[in-house]
Formats: sequence, C-alpha cells, structure tokens
Amino acid sequence: MAEFFAMGGYAAYVWSSYALAALVMVGLLVATLKALRGAETTLKALEGSRPPRRRRARNGAAASPAAEVGEG
Amino acid sequence: MHRFANPARFQRLSAAILPWTAGATVILLIVGLYVALIGSPRDYQQGDTVRIMYIHVPAAWMSLFVYVNMAIAAACGLVWKHPLADLFAKAAAPVGAGFTFICLVTGSLWGAPMWGTWWVWDARLTSVLILFFLYLGYMALVNAFDDPQRGTRAGNVLLLVGIVNVPIIKFSVDWWNTLHQPASVIRMGGPTIDGSMLVPLLVMALGFTAYFITVVLLRLRAEIVQRKIQTMRLTEAQG
Repeated sequence: MAEFFAMGGYAAYVWSSYALAALVMVGLLVATLKALRGAETTLKALEGSRPPRRRRARNGAAASPAAEVGEG
Repeated sequence: MHRFANPARFQRLSAAILPWTAGATVILLIVGLYVALIGSPRDYQQGDTVRIMYIHVPAAWMSLFVYVNMAIAAACGLVWKHPLADLFAKAAAPVGAGFTFICLVTGSLWGAPMWGTWWVWDARLTSVLILFFLYLGYMALVNAFDDPQRGTRAGNVLLLVGIVNVPIIKFSVDWWNTLHQPASVIRMGGPTIDGSMLVPLLVMALGFTAYFITVVLLRLRAEIVQRKIQTMRLTEAQG
C-alpha cells in the first residue's frame, strides 16, 4: 500500500495531477448544480407570486390579441 | 435538428438522458481510475509518472473536442438562429476551459520530472495556452454586453475565428521542433502505444466525455430556466 502511494518516488507529481483534475471537475459540477437549483427556486417563486395574472394573460393571448392589449 | 430546438422538449429529453450519462460517468471514471492507477504497468523509461498521461491526454482531447463542438454550435447559432445552439456554446465553455486548465497543469506536473522544466514556449504548449485564453475570452465576451443576443453573436464569431487554432494544436508536434512527444494514438497507421496503456487512456477519455455531456446538459437546463426568468421579469416590468 505504501508503495502504491509512493508512485515510484513521483508521488507529488502523480497525486497532485489526479487531485487537481478531481478538484476542477467536482468544483464545476457543484457550481453547475448550485446554479441550476438557484434558478429553479427563483422561477418557482416568480411563477408562484402571480399565477392568476399569468394564466389570464396567456389565455387572452391565445384567444385574441386584442384581449391582451385591453388587459395591459 | 429543429425538433430539438424547442426548449420545452429539450427539458423533457435531457431529464430522460441525464440519469444515464451520470451513471456512465461514475462507472467509467471508477473503472478508468482503477486501470490507470493499479491495473496498468509503469513505463520502462518514465516510471509511475506515465500515470499522469491518463489525466493529461484525455483532458487534452476534451479541450479540443469541446471547442470544436462549440464552434459547430456557433455556426448553427449564426446561420439558423438556433435557440439552443447559442446556449450550448455558453454552457460548454467553462467545462472546456476546465479541461484545458487540467491539461496545462498536469502537463507541467509531468514535464517537471521528465523534461526537467515546468514550461517551454514551444508550439504545442503555446497553442494550447492560446486555446485556454480563447475559452476565457469567449466567456468574458458573451457576458460583456447588456444585450445577451449581441454577446452571443460576438462570442460565436470569436469561436469561429479561433477554430484555426485547432489544427495548429493537433499538428504542432509534427510541424515544429518541440519537447512534446508526437501523437501515439490518433495517427496514420494506428496507435503505437501498448494496449495495456491504451485501455486506461480510452476508458478515462470516455469517462471525461460522459462527464462533459452530463455537466453540459445540467448547465443547459440552468440556462433555459434563466432565460425563462428573464422573460418573466421583462413582461412583469412592461405590464
């Protein structure tokens, strides 16, 4: 086991390479998941804040463009 | 392609694909790490430093692969105004930059004991450094405009111009004198590398690819949600 970690005397070079790759890849993944969660929470909050208005606006637009103009 | 341009359809499709790519990433990287660190022999000249190759070379391949994909997306975005193409390039850029950074630093960590130097300003190393700056420049440019449309347009043009760097990187080891070794896997006449070292290399490369697909799909989802938020805020402000 000790021999495995020694990497033939090149432990510092080999293990820092693997550690750096892990750090960058895990870091990117964590940052991505955080951004996704944050955006989804914001969207839910926005949608939850005024759902009736949104639905009415969309139905109005589908029915006739004039309805949407009249509403705004 | 335009069937997949619909963001709502993409959200459904990516939700179905993501568990598979995430699972493939985990399995491939575990197997890859095992064969790279334990299941493969040390090099008769370089000893255990050859194990740096299993990170360095797949990262280098990914740095080019991601860039070419982004440039193709940039072309699609400019020509067909494909709504997801612009978002793809934006989502992939940090991942590509990350792989390029890994490639550069592990190359240094490999060069220090084997070449006796951390860095040389030769064609291969310099062209890869330029690739890294292209990624960073693209990310800065896209976010530099108040109007996101203008930002992605400018970024797309940069990506297409920067594509000239890709063949320079690939053939730099043949065209110029360099400390860097020539290609031993993707070359005319087949690979010259031994199978016991080729296997961990390919498994790690597949693992990196699966990781890239997973992270890009997640980032694309986040970008689409972000766009939705923007339009909602805009209509709210106008209404």
